[in-house]
This record gives sequence, structure tokens and C-alpha cells, in this order.
Amino acid sequence: MALSIQKKQHYRQEAEIPTASLADIVFLLLIFFLVTTSMNPDKGLGMTLPPPGEEVKLTKKNILSVYVNAQGQILVGDKVIPIENLKETVEKRIRENPKLVVSLITDVDAKYSSMIDALDRIKISFEELKKENPQFKERISLATPVF
Amino acid sequence: MKIESKNKGSSKIPTASIADIVFLLLIFFMSVTVFKEYQGLRVELPAAKATKKIEKKRMITHIWIDAQNHINIDDMMVNLEQVTPILKKKMIENPATIVSIRADSRSKYGVVARLLEKLKDANALRVNFATLTKS
Repeated sequence: MALSIQKKQHYRQEAEIPTASLADIVFLLLIFFLVTTSMNPDKGLGMTLPPPGEEVKLTKKNILSVYVNAQGQILVGDKVIPIENLKETVEKRIRENPKLVVSLITDVDAKYSSMIDALDRIKISFEELKKENPQFKERISLATPVF
Repeated sequence: MKIESKNKGSSKIPTASIADIVFLLLIFFMSVTVFKEYQGLRVELPAAKATKKIEKKRMITHIWIDAQNHINIDDMMVNLEQVTPILKKKMIENPATIVSIRADSRSKYGVVARLLEKLKDANALRVNFATLTKS
């Protein structure tokens, strides 16, 4: 009888490894990383600039100039259009000529937000075309203003 | 005998697996966390519908431009002339650097355009205009 009890106790001691505190420590670390992680990632409109000194000559036929003036008005080609129509206009012009490069020419005194607004709409129109043809390349050029 | 077995069953809660689960979560958060290195300037970003996430988080260099047209790189107030040497150094360290321009929506485009010219000179050609998501 006495022997059997001793055996039982011996078994128990060997089987138990104290892992209860481990969870606490790891929880603490987890909470630290949870708090410090910023879940709002960097977002934005990506562009690739042309290398310096390399000016690509294009025929006028293949350029669509979009002007943004200091008042935030939009001029496509030679017509002033409301900004709501920019996407449709650009999309229509690209459909007519798939080689078209959109050149965004912004006035030095224009507000940054109006430039972003125009760029956003141009990007969306390219994206619509990309949906139809994934090989379609985005061709947007940011013109260097005269300072 | 019956009473003993009942007691044993109720006294043990399996906590061994909790550590594993939490470890897994911990490893996930450790790998995802990128510590904010710089404070930057207080800016009101413009909103855009075509906003996309930047995938390569660790390659980003931020440049802030506030409404008063101040330029700030890595918590240093800089002139336009200082931008090129700073960026050149960064491009040597990591040629795949993406420059995220965090400009205030009220700032003048002229400042941004000048900055873009300086970035071109430094060969930092991958830029990103930081925006908020517009629905």
C-alpha cells in the first residue's frame, strides 16, 4: 500500500513542467508588439520619375496635355472641363489612341491637393483600361514647370 | 475510486497550448512591426481614390512638406539644396529606396515640383505621393 502511493507521487513530479508562467511572459511581449504596431500602412499614389537629363521626345499626336492652373481649373488639350469629367475624357482619348502619354502640367502656384486630385482621376482611368487588358501600361508624365 | 477520478478531471486545465498559440501571434507581430523612426511634421494629407499600399515598408524614406512649405527629412528641417546630397546617400545605402512625399494638401505644387527635380538629380526615381483613401 505504502509503496504504491510513493510510486504515484514520483510519476507526477516527473510529468509536470511549469509552463504556466511562460504564457504570461509571452502575453506581455505580445501586448507590447500589439500596441507598438501601426496598422495603418503607408499608402499613396506611386510614380516613377524619368532619369535626369533624359528627355523623351514624343510626337505631339501621342501626348495628351492636362493642365491644372492656380485656381484648380482643368484644361484638357484646349478645352476647360469640369474635374468630374476628367476621368471619362482621358479614358476616351486613350481608347482612341492606346499609345497616348498623359502629361500632367501643374501651375507652380496651384494647390497640391488639386494636382493630386487630377493625378488620381488620370490614374483611375488607366486602371479601368488595365481591367480590360492587364498588359496595358500606365503612361503618366509629370511635367516640370518653369520656375 | 470513482470520486478520485472525477476530482482529477476537473482540477487540470490545459494551459500548455496557450503558450504555443500566443507565441505564434507574437512571432507574427514581431515580424510585421516596423518601428516609426521619425516624428515628421503635422500634415493634412490629400485624399485619392486610386490610393495603393506600399508593399516594401522597410525601403521607404519619408519627406514631409507642411502647409508653410517647410521641408523635413528624417526629422531634420532642410533646404531644397540639401535634399539631393541626403537622398544620394540614401540611394547608396539602398538603391531600391522609395521616397514617400507626405505633403500637406494646402501646400503649393511649386515646392513639390522643385523637390521632384532634386529627387531626379539624386536618382531617387521611385516616388509615392502619400494620400488618404477616399471612398
